[in-house]
Amino acid sequence: MDKLIEVKGLVKHFGALVAVDGIDLDVRRGEVLGFLGPNGAGKSTTMKMITGFLAPSAGSINVCGHDVLSDPIAAKKCIGYLPEGAPAYAEMTPQSFLEFIADIRGLTGKVKTDAIARAVEQINLEGVLRQPIETLSKGYKRRVGLAQAILHDPQVLILDEPTDGLDPNQKHEVRALIKNMAEQKAIVISTHILEEVDAVCSKATIIAKGRVLFSGTPMELAEHSHYYNAVTLTVSSDAHVAIEQKLSALSSIANLESAKVQNGLIRITAIPVSKEPIVGAIQNCIHENNWQVAELFVEPGRLDEVFRNITIGPQHSSEEARS
Amino acid sequence: MNRTMTILKRELRAYFATPVAYVFIVIFLLMTGVFTFYLGGLYERNQADLEPFFRFHPWLYMLLIPAISMRLWSEERKAGTLELLMTLPISLVEAVVGKFLAAWCFTAIALALTFPVWLTINYLGDPDNTVIAAGYLGSLLLAGGCLAIGSCISAMTKNQVVAFVISFVICFAFNLSGFPIVLDLFSVWAPQAIVDVISSFSFLTHFESILKGVIDLRDIIFFASLIVFWLYANVLTIEAKKGS
Repeated sequence: MDKLIEVKGLVKHFGALVAVDGIDLDVRRGEVLGFLGPNGAGKSTTMKMITGFLAPSAGSINVCGHDVLSDPIAAKKCIGYLPEGAPAYAEMTPQSFLEFIADIRGLTGKVKTDAIARAVEQINLEGVLRQPIETLSKGYKRRVGLAQAILHDPQVLILDEPTDGLDPNQKHEVRALIKNMAEQKAIVISTHILEEVDAVCSKATIIAKGRVLFSGTPMELAEHSHYYNAVTLTVSSDAHVAIEQKLSALSSIANLESAKVQNGLIRITAIPVSKEPIVGAIQNCIHENNWQVAELFVEPGRLDEVFRNITIGPQHSSEEARS
Repeated sequence: MNRTMTILKRELRAYFATPVAYVFIVIFLLMTGVFTFYLGGLYERNQADLEPFFRFHPWLYMLLIPAISMRLWSEERKAGTLELLMTLPISLVEAVVGKFLAAWCFTAIALALTFPVWLTINYLGDPDNTVIAAGYLGSLLLAGGCLAIGSCISAMTKNQVVAFVISFVICFAFNLSGFPIVLDLFSVWAPQAIVDVISSFSFLTHFESILKGVIDLRDIIFFASLIVFWLYANVLTIEAKKGS
């Protein structure tokens, strides 16, 4: 697999403010990198530098073998970019807007008409092609921005919050689209929706205050969770005291959390010692004691908790939940 | 070059997509008419030339050109489309020139629509049409100078009203830079050489010499270098301010 995006030691100062503080990124063909971080972490600034809009204060950026600083036009040719907020010329129609982008990108004749037709079909824009962009809903505006980004079938796609402002169906469509394209391209998406990482990304990078705090697969990210491999079972509230006693006697279980759910049921979450699988032990326990269990599942790891822990330090959520 | 043309076409269409173009053209034609026939006294002079028509162009442009140029870059910055444009494979110079040429073409269209004045004077008398052609050329160069100033100023702010007012003031200063109102500001403290340079920047002086029908290379070079200078400043301004 070849590296399509290679970023080394990227730094950006705005006056005294350090927005990006030494970021390294590698994205290969076939990878979808989820770029995560709280607002103001430096996600957009990093993307603006990769796409050649802002000049970095230090560091190097290479896209498809072109140095973004010394040969920006060549690099920009192989990038499709959706800027934050999906800006577009308000008075134009999606049709004329896409034609404009195609012209600037040097597409002509049949190649141009085909490229526009393909993008329009992939993004489902047929219905609004002749309406001024300023009259479109937020979801459609975002889609116009996406169509613009994929128009020239670029090798590298940089999407800044591609699903922001979309309804759940549209989000699903956009994610499906990204997955479909993923094989031939290197894609970077920034988001603060964690489910998105699970849904589309093959790699996740978390940054805060301009620094990379975590980089790995979504699975590795989930392993950081306090709840990784924990088992949750829902039982009736009459039985729960006895069940909790037995469970806490198991040596593989570190501690228990319980929360009331409706209809007199209680949900108990058993957290394993050092994240080892415990579902087998618990199942045996259920069989031996013949407990009535309404629900039983293994926690996949809670990404939002990992995200909080990584970006603002550990929160003792387990202690709070116990009381 | 193709990309510059693409920008030019888009910009020109953008003018006509909003009421700006029509309002501008109507006001421009109305005002040239009023100035020519009332203030200029085209009929009363009993001379077959368009001097009363062209004489007021520097003052009209000072007011109207900033209204054309104010949106060129400030709108891009405000709407965030600047980021889109600057991440497309196009150089900043191509974009600046394309936008400037679009605005210039637009004023050329408005200027061309004053042809009834030319028809009138040819119907009434027997004017020297080469002098009139020189007048149109001078007027176009003057408009180009004002537009280059306005384009640069519009890159400095996201606010179109601010861009309008500042461009207006600078065009005003250039119009009057040969007159005591501007020169007095400098003659008190600056050496005579600088005062002379400033007075040579006067739009009015250069424009009036072209109006006489004498196309002096120095006047052409003046306007051409003025345009190049302000467009270069325009490029530097965007480079410096695009992140903010």
